[in-house]
Amino acid sequence: MDDKDLISGAEAVINALVENGVEVIFGYPGGAVLPLYDAIFQNKSLKHILVRHEQAAVHAAEGYARSTGKVGCVLVTSGPGATNAITGLTDALMDSIPVVCLSGQVPTHLIGTDAFQEADTTGISRPCTKHNYLVKNADLLCDVIHEAFDIASTGRPGPVLVDLPKDIQLTKIKYKQKSNKLQKMKPKPLSIDTQVISEVANLLINAKKPIIYGGGGLINSGPQASTLITQLVDLVDSPVTLTLMGLGAVPSNHKNFLGMLGMHGTYEANLAMHHCDVMINVGARFDDRVTGRLNAFSPNSKKIHIDIDKSSINKVVSVDYGIVGDCSEILKLLVEELKKLHNQKQIASKKSWWSQIDEWRKKDSLGFKQFGSAIKPQQAIKSLYQKTMNFDTYITTEVGQHQMWAAQYFGFSKPNHWMTSGGLGTMGYGLPSSVGVQIAHPKSLVIDISGEASFLMNMQELSTIVQYKLPVKIFILNNQWMGMVRQWQELNHGSRYSESYTESLPDFVLLAESFGIKGLRVEEFDKLESAIDEMISHKGPVIADIRVVKEENCFPMIPSGAAHNEMILGIDDKKNNTSEAGLALV
Amino acid sequence: MSVYQNNEVKEEETSRTLSLIVDNQPGTLARVIGLFSGRGYNIESLNVTEVDQKRNLSRISLVTRGTSMTIEQIKSQLLRIVPVRIVRDLTLEGPFIKSELALVKLVVEGANRVEALRIAGTFRARTLDVTLSSFIFELTGKPTKLDAFIDLMRSLGDTEISRTGVSAISRGNKTETKLLDQIQVN
Ligand SMILES: Cc1ncc(C[n+]2csc(CCOP(=O)(O)OP(=O)(O)O)c2C)c(N)n1
Ligand SMILES: [Mg+2]
Repeated sequence: MDDKDLISGAEAVINALVENGVEVIFGYPGGAVLPLYDAIFQNKSLKHILVRHEQAAVHAAEGYARSTGKVGCVLVTSGPGATNAITGLTDALMDSIPVVCLSGQVPTHLIGTDAFQEADTTGISRPCTKHNYLVKNADLLCDVIHEAFDIASTGRPGPVLVDLPKDIQLTKIKYKQKSNKLQKMKPKPLSIDTQVISEVANLLINAKKPIIYGGGGLINSGPQASTLITQLVDLVDSPVTLTLMGLGAVPSNHKNFLGMLGMHGTYEANLAMHHCDVMINVGARFDDRVTGRLNAFSPNSKKIHIDIDKSSINKVVSVDYGIVGDCSEILKLLVEELKKLHNQKQIASKKSWWSQIDEWRKKDSLGFKQFGSAIKPQQAIKSLYQKTMNFDTYITTEVGQHQMWAAQYFGFSKPNHWMTSGGLGTMGYGLPSSVGVQIAHPKSLVIDISGEASFLMNMQELSTIVQYKLPVKIFILNNQWMGMVRQWQELNHGSRYSESYTESLPDFVLLAESFGIKGLRVEEFDKLESAIDEMISHKGPVIADIRVVKEENCFPMIPSGAAHNEMILGIDDKKNNTSEAGLALV
Repeated sequence: MSVYQNNEVKEEETSRTLSLIVDNQPGTLARVIGLFSGRGYNIESLNVTEVDQKRNLSRISLVTRGTSMTIEQIKSQLLRIVPVRIVRDLTLEGPFIKSELALVKLVVEGANRVEALRIAGTFRARTLDVTLSSFIFELTGKPTKLDAFIDLMRSLGDTEISRTGVSAISRGNKTETKLLDQIQVN
């Protein structure tokens, strides 16, 4: 082999990233990744975004991935760089987001000696990655990177970590292109049983009280899944509800859309789940936030579950039909079958079902009253939605009440425009995530709907936003409380507000200004809309400190340990007694 | 954390023997074990060794316990692990053989030595080591047979036990060769 054919392991890694379609990598340097940073310095086709904390690098990559459908890419150093990334990796695992994280490692001959900045990164990250590698043989380096991208993006997507000892990065190797041999063999997923598809289609046609319940799998399956689920809804004329992760898959203004379901879902969505006779779950996982008390979950329905991950089927809810596969592929078959049946059969009347649903809708479970000058947080979101609905708007959130209000009051018309930490519920997700989204969509309007406490968790990313001139809008619903914690303490712990007040808040306007960012503060309702206008029309980043009613609670709510039909609509709701068993739930 | 109420319908838990084919590489076993500890399943016995050098594959024989819903979960969770190639449920597939090897050291003097040898003979244990005050026996067979033998030995004196865990294989002429042939040799 000619010496001039040889490149360093680090260069090979960067070439492999480019070959796998990576355009942007989010990272933070350190001793163990200096050769990789050197290779990045010399590579023109890869853009590196310097975050201010490795957790933020992963969330930024998640935002990038979720809003584009591509794999997000991360680079961190050994030891503390890798351990800082762990929360992000866990977040990506829980929400099935494709991410490849490269971490530096001490040179192979020092592994196991407690060397400076050595951590057992593959050991620590094993339970929070779909798969991980420690590359100890430079000859395998290229294959491993190629494989990492395949694993992250195929099947149920997830994070993959590749740990790269420094000596491997420096070893001279020959670059190996991605071969198109298939991913390593697994017994092929069973081909989809057409008999089952036809039975399911018949069930749907004959259902008197059907419900379609969609989740994040619809988003992961690509935009065509959203089109297909909407077709399914129309063909069956069924009500449809979406999980937190699925919002956007069906346009929120679709007449059959009942809103989000689950703990803070609408009354009509949860009651329809409870009383339906046929339930079809597409790409959701019967999460505990959705089902409420399991032994009272939708007691009288036939259940169908479509999921790409076989382990999701019958994990917590036993179903009558489990179909393993990609949502789009299965929905396509189902829609075709339904169209066929439509020509042959009378579809069961859903008149009484819809009039029942209209009764539930009349409860107006998301109703609230904006009066006086104090801003209701719900109103803040509603106004934000009205002002931004004509833009190509991407929303990220942190975690807490504001997140739920965003899910309830912001309407999503398209997939991939809503980025939130659902499974792990990571405060501090939204701001870095918005960095990734804005990088991917430089021309679009990107808003982080934030809570003041969550904002403080990753606010160092303001510096990243400034460096890359990202016009992210940070819309803080400032209630001066860890509102969601305060709410649970009010409901379940006798209003003993232990450590949930956000003391010593910064002046967000001054904080913004110290970064050279525009800061806004709104305290009165009649200034809200003009402030939102000002925020949107400003070219650069903005922090909008929206002072909202402090003690507002997020309703409706299924109290922990309760069932869908036991949901409460407000604090005075008499059913509001969390059971003994419910107190132990998270 | 997802905390669910206990299901009210209680199905009897049964013992199941699983047989896995996995890549023989660092981390694979850790992932398998981590799955069981992380998700609260139990491992009653586990045994692992390379069985195919060419393809670099190991077999893990694993005995676990649970309701059929739990076992189905365990199997599909195992298949999510990238280097786990094949998951077979021997208990479900049909008749299979389960065998284990035990090494039993017995410290014994006087009259009990004769008794120990007599029992070992009855069980067809091999005597691998003898001193004036001890024996080491080797016994293979069903775990229950090993249990019985070990119990008897314990009543004769101080013992030290080493067991391999169950190794299992299905009966009859069916093999995995076709499936294994699909696995690429790297
Ligand atoms: C990293 C992390 N720590 C703790 C929690 C628990 N937690 C959930 S919501 C919440 C309060 C969030 O407060 P804020 O960001 O102000 O949002 P609000 O509920 O007031 O809208 C806390 C502490 C969490 N979800 N994530
Ligand atoms: Mg708050």
